[in-house]
Amino acid sequence: MAEIQIKNVAKKFGAYQALSDINLTIHDQEFMVLLGASGCGKTTLLRIIAGLETATTGEVWIGGKRVDHLAPKDRGIAMVFQNYAVFPHLTVFENIGFGLRMQKLPNDEVKRRVERTATLMHIEQLLKRYSGELSGGQRQRVAVARALAMEPDVILMDEPLSNLDALLRLEMRAELKGVLAESKTTAIYVTHDQVEAMSLADRISVMHKGKIVQAASPIEVYRNPAAEFVAGFIGNPPMNFLTATPAGDGKWTVAGQVVDGPRLGASQLQFAIRPEDLGPAESGLPATAKVVEPLGAHLLVTCEVDGHSFRAVLDSDLTVKPGDRLTLAPQADRIRWFDPETTLAVA
Amino acid sequence: MSPRILPYLLILPVTLFLCLFFLYPFALVAQQAFSNGAGFTLDNFRDVVTYWKFPISLQNTLLLAAAVVPVQLALALLMATMVSRMERGRDLVLYVWTIPLGISDLAAGIIWLAIFEQSGFLNSMMTGLGLVDQPVNLLSYQNPGMVFLAIALAEIWRATAIMLVIIVAGIGLIPKEYYEAAEVFGASPWKRFLRITLPLLRPSLQTALILRVVLAFEVFAVVAALGGTLFPVLMGEIYAYQFDLQNGRAAAALALIVLAISIAFTLVILRVLRVPKGATI
Repeated sequence: MAEIQIKNVAKKFGAYQALSDINLTIHDQEFMVLLGASGCGKTTLLRIIAGLETATTGEVWIGGKRVDHLAPKDRGIAMVFQNYAVFPHLTVFENIGFGLRMQKLPNDEVKRRVERTATLMHIEQLLKRYSGELSGGQRQRVAVARALAMEPDVILMDEPLSNLDALLRLEMRAELKGVLAESKTTAIYVTHDQVEAMSLADRISVMHKGKIVQAASPIEVYRNPAAEFVAGFIGNPPMNFLTATPAGDGKWTVAGQVVDGPRLGASQLQFAIRPEDLGPAESGLPATAKVVEPLGAHLLVTCEVDGHSFRAVLDSDLTVKPGDRLTLAPQADRIRWFDPETTLAVA
Repeated sequence: MSPRILPYLLILPVTLFLCLFFLYPFALVAQQAFSNGAGFTLDNFRDVVTYWKFPISLQNTLLLAAAVVPVQLALALLMATMVSRMERGRDLVLYVWTIPLGISDLAAGIIWLAIFEQSGFLNSMMTGLGLVDQPVNLLSYQNPGMVFLAIALAEIWRATAIMLVIIVAGIGLIPKEYYEAAEVFGASPWKRFLRITLPLLRPSLQTALILRVVLAFEVFAVVAALGGTLFPVLMGEIYAYQFDLQNGRAAAALALIVLAISIAFTLVILRVLRVPKGATI
């Protein structure tokens, strides 16, 4: 059992508040992705869990044991680094066996575990090579194998795929997911790539300015973003926003149209809708097409609604030209509302 | 200007300089070493090797190198590790530590002579503290160990910094992630030094050791100042052949022997500290 609990963790670098008020529980064998733009504190949080960085305040618990005062090696973790950190002076075999050697395991046990993980990562034919003779993808595999060979309770990954080319990233992503699910370890994975996050995670923690804005399943984060930041960050293209003014008793005026919304006394709300939840209809939001991008599977139309830029993903059979006037109807159950003052979602 | 010729043209001045002031004199020395005025001979080598002072000066030179270089290597590694962990004042400390490099070796010898001679600082201190009744002649033939120690100390003081600067630069090239990975995978600070720093430092260690070992075989002025004739070394013998005995051929032969020893040690260092193909940072 390796449940990870992060309690009230905060981190300051000098006067800069890198993390504040972090509370997060990661369940045993869960795949948790920390997602955010660069500088949001996700790597710092991972390093605090690893023990490479000390939290200014707060506690880290792994498997029911408080670990924030322990050295990294005593935390039952293994880590995959962004630049792989595959030791150049050691062969692939010795790289994978590095942690096992440090634990002074007998030779035959080291050999057994190195060969098993190497086979798992399909690098068993590279064991005698040095890292200078490997491609980026192979180095990545060595780094993952080195972590898996430790048979850790928790595996920490810091943007492990960001240095690979697009095709390799896709391949490794699927492979990582399979291997990790099989190994039954708890995994924490840092990335700024939302597609990676969506495809890998059991749960995603979206981070922004040193805080966790939302921690939920990928589909929940996508469908029901807890804050405007999440709505704008997740999804490509991101959610559209328009200002709504009250039109009495759960009715709101958006771009001149009256839409059903929450029964609130607010003087203003943000109306939000995903581009793929819009469709051409008889009545809806009046839009003027500005840019039309045929993407094969569908048509991405950037238009102007009520003076704001607004994107719609439409059926690729439609013929739309820049300058065309469209009427876009939002799918009613997909409309989300945010409070412009707190930027949080309102039901 | 053809781009094919330009590089050669650019290195032409330095090549000419080296040919004129290094290769040509070297050829002259070699020719001198193998000649008796009339033709080819190995007599010069036979003479210098069979002379009674050759074994003792060779032994002294090797002993001094064997005593000084490992201590300097250890000190330089320790100092470099300390400097590279410093966040502030690092440059200042490096400047101070490299000051001895700016002093000529004869001046360094004289500084240490001022400490160890009969009227020197060490004697004044010992007399002042009442450890001895009257100043003792530390650097006399009765104290060969003391002479050796004084020379070794002066050499360590004078020339550790040359290794230090090379090693500091080398440590700076090792990415921090390797240390973090080693730490996560259970390596203690000492293990990290042994298993990460030292192997990744091999190219710098090669340079530092070759430079230092070759210089150790050329030790002369410090020995002359502190040991005089009490501690004969190879370079001192070359000087004696050339200027005291006016035997340029013997001096040339001995110089070639020192060169051969230097080359042999360089090859050993290159071999022992080689980095396998594909294993560089």
